[in-house]
Amino acid sequence: MRFEAPRSVEEAVTALAGQTGAHVLAGGTDLLVKLRAEMIEPDLIVDIKRIAGMREIAAEEGGWRIGAAVSGAEMGEHAGLVADWPGVVEAAGLIGSTQVQGRATLAGNLCNASPAADSVPAMVAAGAVARIVGPEGTRDLAVIDVPKGPGKTALERGEFIASIFLPARGARSGDAYLRFIPRTEMDIAVVGCGISLSLDEAGRVTAARVALGAVGPKVILVEAAAEAIKRRVLDEAALSDLAEACSKAATPIDDKRGTVAFRRHVAGVLARRAAVIAEARAKGETA
Amino acid sequence: MALDDSKKPREFKIVGTRPDRPDGIDKVTGRARFGADMVAPGMLTGRILRSPHAHARIKRIDTSKAESLPGVKAVVTRVDFGAVPDHVADIMDNCMAGEKALYDGHAIAAVAAISPAVARHALKLIEVDYEVLPHVTDVDEAMKPGAPVLHEGRQEETVPKGMSGNVIARAEFGHGDIEAGLKQADRVVERTYRTAATHQGYIEPHACLATMGADGQGDLWVCTQGHYMVRNTCAAILGLEQGQLRVTASEIGGGFGGKTTVFLEPVALMLAKKSGRPVKMVMSRSEVLRATGPTSSTSIDVKIGMTKEGRITAGFAELRYQGGAWPGSPVNMGAMSGFAPYDLENVKTVGWDVVTNRPKAAAYRAPGAPMAAFAIESAIDELAKGFGLDPLAVRLMNGADEGTKSSYGPTYPAIGLKATLEAARKHPHWTAPLGKNQGRGVACGFWFNFGGDTCVSLNITPDGTVTVSEGNPDIGGSRASMTMMAAEELGIPYDQVRTIIADTGSLGQNEVTDGSRVTFAVGLATIEAARAAKREMCRRAAMIWDIDEDAVEWEDGAARPAGPNAGKFPPMTIKEIAAVASNTGGPIAGHHEVTAEGAGVSFATHMVDVEVDPETGATKILRYTVFQDAGKAVHPSYVEGQFQGGAVQGIGWALNEEYIYGEDGILQNAGFLDYRIPVASDLPMIDTVILEIPNPGHPYGVRGVGETSIVPPLAAIANAVSAAAGVRMTQLPMSPPRVLAAIQADG
Repeated sequence: MRFEAPRSVEEAVTALAGQTGAHVLAGGTDLLVKLRAEMIEPDLIVDIKRIAGMREIAAEEGGWRIGAAVSGAEMGEHAGLVADWPGVVEAAGLIGSTQVQGRATLAGNLCNASPAADSVPAMVAAGAVARIVGPEGTRDLAVIDVPKGPGKTALERGEFIASIFLPARGARSGDAYLRFIPRTEMDIAVVGCGISLSLDEAGRVTAARVALGAVGPKVILVEAAAEAIKRRVLDEAALSDLAEACSKAATPIDDKRGTVAFRRHVAGVLARRAAVIAEARAKGETA
Repeated sequence: MALDDSKKPREFKIVGTRPDRPDGIDKVTGRARFGADMVAPGMLTGRILRSPHAHARIKRIDTSKAESLPGVKAVVTRVDFGAVPDHVADIMDNCMAGEKALYDGHAIAAVAAISPAVARHALKLIEVDYEVLPHVTDVDEAMKPGAPVLHEGRQEETVPKGMSGNVIARAEFGHGDIEAGLKQADRVVERTYRTAATHQGYIEPHACLATMGADGQGDLWVCTQGHYMVRNTCAAILGLEQGQLRVTASEIGGGFGGKTTVFLEPVALMLAKKSGRPVKMVMSRSEVLRATGPTSSTSIDVKIGMTKEGRITAGFAELRYQGGAWPGSPVNMGAMSGFAPYDLENVKTVGWDVVTNRPKAAAYRAPGAPMAAFAIESAIDELAKGFGLDPLAVRLMNGADEGTKSSYGPTYPAIGLKATLEAARKHPHWTAPLGKNQGRGVACGFWFNFGGDTCVSLNITPDGTVTVSEGNPDIGGSRASMTMMAAEELGIPYDQVRTIIADTGSLGQNEVTDGSRVTFAVGLATIEAARAAKREMCRRAAMIWDIDEDAVEWEDGAARPAGPNAGKFPPMTIKEIAAVASNTGGPIAGHHEVTAEGAGVSFATHMVDVEVDPETGATKILRYTVFQDAGKAVHPSYVEGQFQGGAVQGIGWALNEEYIYGEDGILQNAGFLDYRIPVASDLPMIDTVILEIPNPGHPYGVRGVGETSIVPPLAAIANAVSAAAGVRMTQLPMSPPRVLAAIQADG
């Protein structure tokens, strides 16, 4: 097994493209675990942390560009990012332990392509876009289109994610992410729900994106849930319609982590609770 | 010599205080050496090939490709072991499969190679022809006629004809007339309860380092709860004389009963023998969960009658425990212990030992008792609540006391059950207000405790400091406890004594660290060894003073003339006596060998508050208090730690932990991600109340405390969750999907 730590995107792409069994190392919180558990036997590991920009959070067009090697802890300490996208930051902050938070990245969580990835529904709700570099150059791809199924992504050979872009946060807008786990931490989502919404001055929803995790082979953007609350204030009736739309859109399986009935029900419960938090944030209330 | 146990209450100087543990610095700095920390020159890596099938006949194993891989130094299958004595046959079978693979993860072959990568590659080159057989993993399914049978000819005569061959044994306990008792009841509750198999969940995986010389002498470094057991078992399996195999216990990162048998050790010794090189083996977490001992899953019927005043008129339970792929589930312990807290006229339990295609159950902290307590204490709670009675008052009304004939036979000496109940009633926890969706539960628990073979040596060094050698791995602070008891008895400071865990070549036989026995039995032997040393030091002083031995007594770390006629000599301290030992007969030591009896049973009452989220079924533990009799708490911090640890493991068992098998008989959750033990943030600080009702069988009154604490939590939490959710929970774990389904079914 070879290890390389290139200083440029071009070197990294060349290395990755030229070798089968090549793996990208950013935080390593999935890769090293798989390596030690003998789930993978890489021929090449390419550490991208030394490439310029990979560890930076930069303002761009009113939004934020987050380098592929920025850790959850670094995001949590970035006041501007926390102010604009608290739901995304909290979702990333739920991954693993304090130690893992010093390493784990948004891009890595996305590329691991687990249906239960915590940051992914939050990013999808935020309308995040991944910047992908590779042998054919640079391309931007909506985060929702990156995972293709459990363990599978839209990345081609030689490609890796260089950054995640979170768009400008509009006025009277807020986001939130909640997950259900049987414990209080150090666990994997049985259901996850990310919501981003904007309100008009009367408190009516003008725009919304609702995403569910762990209830299908990949993250689900629930258009019907967004439609259910648009042009409405989030009263009991609207929240019930939101919950029902989410329960209906979920396509979970029975497995060791939960039943179909449980996951469908809890998808609705979490959507309702996340919407209340996002609404409070949009109104500038602390939540 | 005035060394008898006086009847007056003893005043302790060191016992009952909380000094730092002698192994503390090593453990916080990383200097302590655990199972995987040992290395030897030329050491090889040993790895095990495991069955991917729940039940399969092994038709052929071809190891030739693995053997010819460069870097592979030995390959071992069952054939290498030949025939083994009957008393270790099942253990052998578990360490390395014979004719059949009996569970997912069962060891099939092993290799020793120059690196982990070569060993891993070699395993892939071993070809095994399996004839896959039908399997059964559920206890009730396994008992049905027509279920796939694991073993022919193992059924005992206690089992009625016509039952599945998987039903190995039936046992019955109790007294009185159940039917007559039930007729006196105002209400009878009859329910079936189920519990899932759970793992001991120790942090440190099994690990060992074996050498086996051409001269037939072997050495083994191993993480275990009992290195004498390891020696004896491995010697029997490998056909060695016990004296030729020296076993040294590493530090141990938890055991909870799961390290009271062998898994890797005979295989590592065989690989070392075949390769002529030291072989180290370390299990992965997945191997630990798949192939070492969880406890039984159970199915239990309970029928209890109660008068409207709260008097239990009859108690009956039928318990079915699967113990994995070989006989020996802890069902009898469950059947004996479930009603043990109560003084009952009519009580009967029936236990069924059943085999299934799962890993062989190993001991887990009060083996068999928590499940029985879950069922019985749940039924008692339901009856008490049905009559609107205080559940603590009901338990006090029926509680066992000194002189009670226990449900399993013996009549109790002084016991502490009622003291724990009274303490619970007086505790502010009992009357604290509860909020919405919150509930409180209580339950009692009992454990037998154990003594067993014990051997301790205590040596006085030439400078008068003291070393204690004991033969039980320090799993819960026992070096601190032994040091305290030796210092107490000798009348010298704590820091003048150092206790070590001696290897098997240094002491006589010692029973494993089980049955909450160490502070009791090793403590007793340590005290007696110190008394022997004191007698010898008194003799030496008498010799120096030229007075009668009987005219010398030991007090505050020095020999003194006893009484006015002994003469006026200044006291001789332990240091002064030690300094001249070469002139008075040589080195001074005390030792004690005993099969310790009189361990003294222990009782506890637990109280817990929970909050259940009615929308998700999630349970949060809000407050938890343990009331338990310790006899005498030698080091109260470690007693509290045992109380808390049992409660925490019980919380995991009650709420989330379970072995999940697929239709294919494969374990679905062989890792700590999906086998959910509680994390710190899941828990409140567990409050503890130590009761001290002295055990007459120990010089200081000590009772074992390590196991009783896991007996009440399953029931206490089930009673609390049932109260909070408004629906009676009868199946563990009370995971969120199960609780939510129960709430929704209840409407």
